[in-house]
Amino acid sequence: MTWTSLQTGMAEQNYIASDDLAVALHLALSLERPLLLEGAAGVGKTEVARVLSALRDAKLIRLQCYEGLDAAQAIYEWNYQRQLLAIRTATGTGESGAQIEERIFSRDYLLERPLLQAITQDTPPVLLIDEIDRADEEFEAFLLEMLAENQITVPELGTIAAKAKPIVILTSNGTRDLSDALRRRCLYAYVDYPDRETELAILQARCAEIEARLADQIIGFVQSLRNEELEKVPGIAEMLDFAAALMGLGINDLTEDPKVLQNTLSTLLKTQSDRAQITTEVAQRLAGKAA
Amino acid sequence: MWGFLAQGPEENRGFAGRDAGAAARMSGFVAHLRENGLRIGPMETRIALAALTHVEAARPDQARAALKAVCSGCKDEAIGFDALFDAYWMDMGRVRQKVIPKTKPLKSNDDVQSSRDAQGRDSHSSGQSTAPDGGQGEADSDGEGKLIATQMRNLSRRDLRDLVRPEDIAQAQEVARRLGDALRDRRSRRRIAARKGDRLHFRKIIRRSLSTGGEPIRLYRKNRPDRARKIVALCDVSGSMSVYAQVFLAFLAGLMRGDPTADAYLFHTRLVRITEALRDKDPLRAVGRMSLMADGFGGGSKIGESLMRFTYTYARRFVDGRSVVVILSDGYDTTGPDTLDAALAKLRKRGCKIIWLNPLKGWNGYSPIAAAMAAALPHIDLFRAANTLADLAALEQELTRL
Repeated sequence: MTWTSLQTGMAEQNYIASDDLAVALHLALSLERPLLLEGAAGVGKTEVARVLSALRDAKLIRLQCYEGLDAAQAIYEWNYQRQLLAIRTATGTGESGAQIEERIFSRDYLLERPLLQAITQDTPPVLLIDEIDRADEEFEAFLLEMLAENQITVPELGTIAAKAKPIVILTSNGTRDLSDALRRRCLYAYVDYPDRETELAILQARCAEIEARLADQIIGFVQSLRNEELEKVPGIAEMLDFAAALMGLGINDLTEDPKVLQNTLSTLLKTQSDRAQITTEVAQRLAGKAA
Repeated sequence: MWGFLAQGPEENRGFAGRDAGAAARMSGFVAHLRENGLRIGPMETRIALAALTHVEAARPDQARAALKAVCSGCKDEAIGFDALFDAYWMDMGRVRQKVIPKTKPLKSNDDVQSSRDAQGRDSHSSGQSTAPDGGQGEADSDGEGKLIATQMRNLSRRDLRDLVRPEDIAQAQEVARRLGDALRDRRSRRRIAARKGDRLHFRKIIRRSLSTGGEPIRLYRKNRPDRARKIVALCDVSGSMSVYAQVFLAFLAGLMRGDPTADAYLFHTRLVRITEALRDKDPLRAVGRMSLMADGFGGGSKIGESLMRFTYTYARRFVDGRSVVVILSDGYDTTGPDTLDAALAKLRKRGCKIIWLNPLKGWNGYSPIAAAMAAALPHIDLFRAANTLADLAALEQELTRL
């Protein structure tokens, strides 16, 4: 498979990838290395993993990172309650200590969390480690063994090597520095807000029935809105919501009704001060420019 | 496949044709990238070569995208990569581009931050305190880098090294450490083993029950530990503050050295992040690097504008509910109070505590009537005087209560 066929394949899944991103993804697949995607919220980083799993017909395993995430939640945990019960019931049956130990530290008593799940699949799954920057720095260290060697060490069981190398996608919004050790193990792609043509293609891929003129206006409006000083810049998902809202209301022309436009802005602007800043006049000016 | 790497076919004349053989050219390219501050080891070189076999390497745009994915590691590098690629392969000469140090990233870096030094140099590289990088690189005062241009423009620049002595830094480090200890937060989410706690530590219970024949007699617990707050310090180095600069700069330097999570900024008419510079192993060299960044030192101050800029850029990444923002300023602002008001209101929304240390407050009969100061007061959690290190040390009590 070449990177262009990957790009076309993703387009069939309604994901328009830029050349840089497609090449990076293609390399991540063919070199079997993890890919780190960075970029602002709402540019479609997470979507890449979903599309890739659909494209490869692979299982998508997702690990949402959060502050305080630890190995017990991400890699594995022993089922302690079951272990305790097993010990209690075994005392009457005359099992020897070694037998009990062997039993309670077997895979049956191991709770698999996403990372361990990902390396024990028979076919290569897509492992999405979402918003890695939310997890604290210590957690990155847990990931290193898995990313570099595709294996996980459980002290009681030994090292579990991957049956099939998972396709690993990491995403980050950049709320904190990632360590160099992590960056070094990954290929890197920076995902930016799409340019006008790309975003138009995205809109047309997602809403096939939209009129060409309105689509053009919507993209022009959203693109110029991104240049305003906003707290939360609208992403692609917001743009699609906006288009859906306009179509739902049966609007054919953005400049037609200032009031309706102002009301539908709730799909694009997600904070109170952004709403206050984009007044009817500003919205009209942007819409006028887009038309 | 190796078209543009092979020697001189007519259609590829645009590429660097100096070295013979593909591998030699790739290693030349890697050396070129290293010279320009990218951190690339032998492993990356190997991967880069492997990567080229998976695209049509004869097509420059594909080779560029492939090498970019492998060789870049953060947003700045990804953006600067195209120029470096062109410089080497597209026969624009193997010109070494002057890399401007961290304070001026290639493009304003709003949503992505890397821990790498833009120069790619380690902080403990060779050098003396007078020339941060041994007189070899951009910091050389005889060079022709961009920094020098600003130096020429700005006659009011002062060398901060005259102001700060190493003893001060050591003393300040101690004070900063104590202040950091005073600021404790009870909100860590990760649990660790503890004598008293709200959850059972099963792993430990099972492990220890071995000694009592599998009978879990002693129950071990885990709890959320206290975690230090993150200090973000913003120091005003405008003209009106230069008398107090010695104390505050030493404090900043000490803070940075004592607390690995702290973050520091200078502002006058613009805002500069000095965290990286202050982490230099040699304390005096750190101050030297800081003074290179502080051009405009001793000029007017735009507190509101600087804080607004801080709120919109760095604060988004580095300030959260666990941060304490310490502002060291006298509150004499050359712009109106409205910007300051808005900036602080917005900063507060990030959930942080704001402490304003004003050297003037120590004066008899001082009242915060400067328009900016008056505008700032409603947003501040703690407003105190601080002229000397002793004053700062005395803050410890107050911070514990915060």
